[in-house]
Amino acid sequence: MGGVKSKKIVSITSVYTFLIIVGIISIYPAIWVIMSSLRVGGSLFSESLIPRQVTFVHYKELFAKYDFGLWYLNSLKISVISTIFMTMLILLTGYIFSTFRFSGRKTLMSTLLVLGLFPSFMSMIAVYILLNMMNLLDTHLAVIIVYVAGSPVFFLFAKSYFDTIPKGLVEAARIDGANHLGVFFRIVAPLSTPMIVYMALLSFTGTFTDFIFARLVLSSTETKTLAVGLYDMITTNFSNDFTVFAAGCVLIAIPVTILFIIMQRFLVDGLTAGGEKG
Amino acid sequence: MYEHRKTLEGVYQPHKVVEHRKVAAVLSVLLMGLGQLYNRQYGKGIMLLIFSSLGIYTAVTRLPHAVWGIVTLGEKERHLEKVGKIYKQVMGDHSIFLLVEGLITIFLLVVFVWMYFLNIKDAYRTGKAREEGGATNTFVQSMKYVAEYRFPQIAISIPMLGILFFTIMPIIFMILLAFTNYTINNQPPAHLIDWQGFKTFKDIFAIKSWSHTLSSVALWTFAWALLTTLTSFIGGFAVALVVQRKEVRLKSFWRTLFILPYAIPAFVSTLILKNIFNGQFGPINQYLKMLGLPVVPWLSDPTMAKVTLVIVNFWLSFPVMMLMIIGILATIPSDMYEAADMDGASGFQKLRMITYPAVMFSMAPLLVMQFVGNINNFNLIFLLTGGKPGNSDFRFAGHTDILITWIYKLTIDQGQYNFASVIGIFIFIILSFFAVWSIRNTKAFKEEEVK
Repeated sequence: MGGVKSKKIVSITSVYTFLIIVGIISIYPAIWVIMSSLRVGGSLFSESLIPRQVTFVHYKELFAKYDFGLWYLNSLKISVISTIFMTMLILLTGYIFSTFRFSGRKTLMSTLLVLGLFPSFMSMIAVYILLNMMNLLDTHLAVIIVYVAGSPVFFLFAKSYFDTIPKGLVEAARIDGANHLGVFFRIVAPLSTPMIVYMALLSFTGTFTDFIFARLVLSSTETKTLAVGLYDMITTNFSNDFTVFAAGCVLIAIPVTILFIIMQRFLVDGLTAGGEKG
Repeated sequence: MYEHRKTLEGVYQPHKVVEHRKVAAVLSVLLMGLGQLYNRQYGKGIMLLIFSSLGIYTAVTRLPHAVWGIVTLGEKERHLEKVGKIYKQVMGDHSIFLLVEGLITIFLLVVFVWMYFLNIKDAYRTGKAREEGGATNTFVQSMKYVAEYRFPQIAISIPMLGILFFTIMPIIFMILLAFTNYTINNQPPAHLIDWQGFKTFKDIFAIKSWSHTLSSVALWTFAWALLTTLTSFIGGFAVALVVQRKEVRLKSFWRTLFILPYAIPAFVSTLILKNIFNGQFGPINQYLKMLGLPVVPWLSDPTMAKVTLVIVNFWLSFPVMMLMIIGILATIPSDMYEAADMDGASGFQKLRMITYPAVMFSMAPLLVMQFVGNINNFNLIFLLTGGKPGNSDFRFAGHTDILITWIYKLTIDQGQYNFASVIGIFIFIILSFFAVWSIRNTKAFKEEEVK
């Protein structure tokens, strides 16, 4: 019996050692960047992980030296508006493909999926000219339009989720006289909350952290977004401002990370629904 | 109109039934909306007439110019013209604008032609209903009918229009660029662009430096996609198995901890990791020094830079894998394990015979999609190494560049637009092959007749 017990202790110890190591690896960059943002001076190099002297001056500099507050508002504005419309469009597309059968449906679905594989910046030149013709360059509307217009290609996830909702429910509501949109908003949407939250979360982080397209379209400092600002910060005057950059990272990461952690339950549900359906 | 119909009826007296469908269809072919007017659907008819006059106006005024623009890509270069005694610069045709504007016109007309087609079909159908003695729908009724039975078509056309103009049109534009001589040395407004057929396609294989770069970068792209997919799958699987073990307490705490790399925006964490792996001042090399170990050129050595990329990708992507696999593990019925225990199966046997097949069953299509996604993992490589360290043997590419980052450099930094397009087309063909194959094999696509 003693042998079994000691074997068990060994296995428990190794399991926890493994978990702790993975945990440290997972959390280290976050800790490191938070500590860096609190350090005195501007350089990347530091003697120790925990700063000898804690200062919040870099957070102040962020707002004094750069238009950080403005960028933050810009990003929030763009992301919130885009997220609302993107989610609606993705849900609509997924719902139609899931619920209705009409000619050309499969062709449309495959076309959208293949288009989704096309990295968006490859078509940037044409989009840029198109926006120029519409007189929208350097406006937030341009970025929002492009994000929203491109979003239906991500419909597959929503579709496979809707596929799991029993058709009987929809039919019953139809017989009771509800129209298509009524069925969607009163029956289908409430049943799909985890997936909708997941979609919205992905749309939000996607638009909140996009720097490639936003950098191309938004050229002036007043229209800049957070991601563009941060990217420019590290590519232009990185050497003496690393700690300010770290502070910027912390401020960008905090809302998104908290959102993710709070929405964790939905996240797991949403992800696994996709996983089971394939 | 009414009179006209009367005489028609008069002529065909012997046939008691008038061929409404034919007349209506022919009329709508002549002009969109006429058939509907003939069918006494006045509201709809007038709407369609207005629409068709708009469409025809666009076609007449813009189509010739659009076709001319696309075919010739402009005829006049920017040049100097003698006005009186001084030479003045005169703006020529802008080939790229001509191409994009031409495409937009054609796309608008495609939408119009499609509407036209639907209009003929509608007139025919209504005419048929009349022949069979049915009443035609009033305007309000038609709207109701559309909302009821044509809902999917109408609703899907909203996202589709966005896709048409902001995704398909730009992609076609990009594909067309591959057949031109558009480069930074030859660009509007100073120069005109010309069609040059498959020259760029030939060049990319015939010119040694291009073909060498293409094959090397393509090889690394595939190795990269394979390595990243495998490592994150195996890693995520292992972590999921450990977290789900019976003896582990505080499961949700560990899960939350491990989700961190996924929860922090990847864009931010990649920039952070770039600094953590910094060879001179980064903390990792600093710790190595403190332990008396040699420092590692994480990002500056070609091979090590690749390894670092795979490590960072692993850090970023194992949480998603873990979450998905935990979800699948929860669906495996526990009596399968109990039965295996009865038969005296070892832990490894249970893993191999029960867990692994169940996980693979659900994960296989997702892994293929992951693989496809990694081929295009632009952000990570762009932000972490930017393709560096540089390689003088390559045309505009560094050691760690994958195809997609190479395209970015060719387009944004080097202005080799036509070469970038050719490579883009290659990627597109390869990817769509993978994607269609994997999609056709997923349940979400096959299922159809749902419970």
